[in-house]
Amino acid sequence: MAYGFLTIYWRDMIRFFRFRTLLISSLLQPALWLAFFGIAMSSSFDQIMAGMPVPAGMHPVGYLTFMAAGIIAMTTLFTSLFGGMTLLFDKNWGLMREIMASPMPRNHVIFGISLSGMTKSFIQALIIMGFGLIIGAGFFSGYSPMQIAIAVLGILLFVAVFSLGFLFLSAGISISLESPEGLQGIMTLLTMPIFFASNALYPVTAFPEILKIISIYNPLTLLITGIRYFAIGDQFVALGQQYAYTPADILVSFGGLVAFAVVMYTFAWWRFRKAVVT
Amino acid sequence: MTDIQPTGSREIITVKNLEHAYGDFLAVDGISFSVFEGEIFSFLGPNGAGKSTAINVLITLLSLQKGEACIAGYNVTSDPQKVRESIGIVFQEITLDRDMTVWEILEFHGRLYAMPRAERHARIEELLKLVELGSKRDVRTKNLSGGMKRRLEIARGLMTRPKVLFLDEPTIGLDPQTRMRMWDYIKNVNKAGTTIFLTTHYMDEADQLSDRISIIDHGKIIITGTSWKLKNTLGEDLIYLETNDNAGAIALVKGLPAVKDTSLKTKGIIVMVNEDGTRVLPVIIDHLRDAGITITTVNLKKPSMDDVFVHYTGRELRDEPVGKAEPFISHRRGR
Repeated sequence: MAYGFLTIYWRDMIRFFRFRTLLISSLLQPALWLAFFGIAMSSSFDQIMAGMPVPAGMHPVGYLTFMAAGIIAMTTLFTSLFGGMTLLFDKNWGLMREIMASPMPRNHVIFGISLSGMTKSFIQALIIMGFGLIIGAGFFSGYSPMQIAIAVLGILLFVAVFSLGFLFLSAGISISLESPEGLQGIMTLLTMPIFFASNALYPVTAFPEILKIISIYNPLTLLITGIRYFAIGDQFVALGQQYAYTPADILVSFGGLVAFAVVMYTFAWWRFRKAVVT
Repeated sequence: MTDIQPTGSREIITVKNLEHAYGDFLAVDGISFSVFEGEIFSFLGPNGAGKSTAINVLITLLSLQKGEACIAGYNVTSDPQKVRESIGIVFQEITLDRDMTVWEILEFHGRLYAMPRAERHARIEELLKLVELGSKRDVRTKNLSGGMKRRLEIARGLMTRPKVLFLDEPTIGLDPQTRMRMWDYIKNVNKAGTTIFLTTHYMDEADQLSDRISIIDHGKIIITGTSWKLKNTLGEDLIYLETNDNAGAIALVKGLPAVKDTSLKTKGIIVMVNEDGTRVLPVIIDHLRDAGITITTVNLKKPSMDDVFVHYTGRELRDEPVGKAEPFISHRRGR
């Protein structure tokens, strides 16, 4: 039974590729964010920042480059938070009963659905990176092909752990709820603070103290830190703010995400053991 | 009521004093029964009688609260994994992913039960032939008719060669022709060696399909037996009479030999007799006439499953508009 989760994964991927509208919109939406919000904001910000001096030896990056990392993270967050919703639909349509009455261990449902959510996030992250490069995001500038490969793998590793954490959360909430409307409400409530109390669109250094603390422990900030480290470099200047990451910082961020994922898995497993599906 | 036991058969489902409550509401109230290997066993009861709750406990979707239940030798509480491996289920509502194809539905199920690939694929071909869906292999289930969906679900239930197949209201919402074809499929599956546990609120379905029937209402089993035996508990024949003095008629008829039981209905009385009704009826008519009671309507028939059901659950008359239809005649004409 060790590969039971692959069955759940297989089915969810069939559905992902079969719902063309869902597939296309999920791929197009982050690209549109980048195209409209990114280009609009970066042209104004870059104009404002144009006169600012750049400290010697630092690598200045445009706003588009800065926020493209945020968009990858944001897309991963949304996709993952809604990734568990499949379970809720399965539950509502009675399809979950077939799975729950089968000998497959229940935690494989969590693994399977999370693995497919992670795959979706990978596809989206790669598309945003590709599209970002096309419209002028300064990712991987001056990298050798080998370095680019490592950087992409690093980004995907961060995306993987982060998305698993939120997929576990989403799966745990979904299996406990009765209606998709409830999930929608909870997710909207969660995404707002997570997204805006992060370094996705602006630096957090100027935040009021409380908001700053929240944003530092925010998994989204941890993810974005990782993405920027791999995509832009360990030293850069954006929006007049100096960024310098040591490998230790990156390990701490990664460790934070792993801890988050473990806690969320514990939550999901607890909810699944309690779940009654009839 | 005693139970007829097919000789030489092993018990494949054993339930003892099963109880299940939702909060204060006792949905299943201490039921005990056995199902024997190779038979078709039915739970017949009105909606809300506790049939689905009982089935959900047996298939391990609900945890057992009180009592004991064993399937294929495995206890549902201590060995749920083994129970799950031994059974197939067709749920009450259609539970097919609308956007998966017929083949994918079966493939998914086989994989859920960890069937090896070669065996899985061979079994799918076998089952598609059995339920005559071979030509629909790559059709998404949303494009299947109601009957085809049900057949696919039966195929899915059989995918893992279960020892017991649970069918929860298998023909609900199907047209009469499709229902009869479903019955044929179910009988064939049973002949091929699968024990079938069925719940239904259709009396004809229980009657047509089952080796044995348990009538269940308010969470309790009222009576269990073969269809023939259940009907016989009502007597050999049923006589329905409408008179100008129904209470008087009952009092009078009760004392006659061959009369097993009587009951007062909205407009008339029912007399259950132990002998051939055609011979008893003239005697009854003579007696009533002698007592000055005028008879306006007479009907004579063999007890049907409907009568058994109504006799033991008493539901139907409550739901029937008063004075509009006499139970016997309306059933004859109306259905």
